[in-house]
Amino acid sequence: MAHRWTNTLTRADITPEPLWLNRRQLIAGALGAGAMASIASPALAETLEPNTWEHITSYNNFYEFGTDKEDPAANAHRLNTAGWEIEVDGLVDAPGRYSVASLLEGLSEEERIYRFRCVEAWAMVVPWNGVELKDILDKVGVQSGAKYVAFETANRPDEMPGLRYPVLDWPYREGLRLDEALHPLTLMATGIYGKPIPNQNGAPIRLVVPWKYGFKSIKSIVRITLTDQEPVTSWNMANAREYGFYSNVNPTVSHPRWSQATERRIGGGLFNRRQPTLMFNGYEAEVADLYEGMDLKTYF
Amino acid sequence: MFIQSINAGLRKIPTWVLYIILPIPGLLAIVAGLTDNLGPEPINELEEQLGEFALKLLIVGLAVSPLLHVTRINLVRFRRAIGLMAFAYVLAHFLVWFLLDLQALNQIWTEIAKRPYVTAGFAGFIVMIPLALTSNDWSVRRLGRFWRVLHRLTYLAAILAGVHFIMLSKGFDVEALAHMAVILAFLALRVGKWRRRLQSGLQGLRTKLIG
Repeated sequence: MAHRWTNTLTRADITPEPLWLNRRQLIAGALGAGAMASIASPALAETLEPNTWEHITSYNNFYEFGTDKEDPAANAHRLNTAGWEIEVDGLVDAPGRYSVASLLEGLSEEERIYRFRCVEAWAMVVPWNGVELKDILDKVGVQSGAKYVAFETANRPDEMPGLRYPVLDWPYREGLRLDEALHPLTLMATGIYGKPIPNQNGAPIRLVVPWKYGFKSIKSIVRITLTDQEPVTSWNMANAREYGFYSNVNPTVSHPRWSQATERRIGGGLFNRRQPTLMFNGYEAEVADLYEGMDLKTYF
Repeated sequence: MFIQSINAGLRKIPTWVLYIILPIPGLLAIVAGLTDNLGPEPINELEEQLGEFALKLLIVGLAVSPLLHVTRINLVRFRRAIGLMAFAYVLAHFLVWFLLDLQALNQIWTEIAKRPYVTAGFAGFIVMIPLALTSNDWSVRRLGRFWRVLHRLTYLAAILAGVHFIMLSKGFDVEALAHMAVILAFLALRVGKWRRRLQSGLQGLRTKLIG
């Protein structure tokens, strides 16, 4: 683990769960203040208290298990993640089928408390456990011609009842530009709250790109392809006018059907107030330079 | 015989019973919302439940007439209660949207003008207002033949609601499309009837003029 991004709480800190929360708020503050430096910001610490395990694991968009928010929690138990393999191909030095364990071998897991912003204008804070995608990519050896990374979700109609419906052009596909994929904030998550990631959240391994809308953070990955072409992505194929390849969280670029200026944090009850959405979901200091000179209204 | 006994049984049910029963799902949803039993995102959940129930009641209202023609089961007495309850659910859906969901009263017109799915839903709500206001015996008497013509707007309201549902869905939403298919099927039955009536009317006029 390169520790390019400082997160003072790791799995080495084995702390009883009630104590976690207090520490988390501190770390969340550090994160908000500019992830590279560990400066606590009390104002942001309050807003970054993680959502409960219950909320994180019962309110999901994972259309392979159904389009209602409660469908994934109800149906995802059918997914068999034992012996999971990921096909790594394209412009890599060591292509092949890797078990999750072999990809993670030698990499130390970190806990990352990230804001999670859905394109539907709701938001959560999730304490992920995982490794930086960069460390996995370094392991397989990215060739110099590679410019993009493409990802694919499992396509198992027997285990994923939502695949019966042509909601999207299955299998689910996502992609990142290589520099986005190599960014220290980009995580491959295998856990939440120090527990193995539940199926409805994308077991056994999923992407987490905290400055992009949630659908970019593809779940239950079975394929990673390094390519020199911008990969096709599922929501972009379904509706290019509404879902761009980049899909960076941006309060100034409206979704054609709803405003992205505000969001509602899950868990606030019936009289929950909307909050302003932050540029790049609050990670502007870390990622803005990736898009320098790009018109974000064109490349939305 | 069987249908007759069903109709006889239905005639014994007073229509006010519907004003007691039909609000129950909505009230239960509101209570669940207030007591933190509507899931992690209760505002959207309440909004969806009220909207979907409104659309289902609209569809049930549209089904009354084909049901009578096809099976002879007569629910016509209950149609006013079904329609008024549909309107009450639409009103509640609208209030939840702008008081709890949107939360910005100064933005309501911008949202209605700018977001086509809101425009469609709001138009459906507006169309239903004169229908709700004229759902009483006095209006039926006063408006005479025009009342029937006016209340054909129910089809327009249902189509707008169906369009609203399809437009706010992400991806290819089977449920939203199924609702719309049912509405269009009822409309097709109706249009067929209107056309036959128009043709026989023209036929009558023609024989009168020529013959």
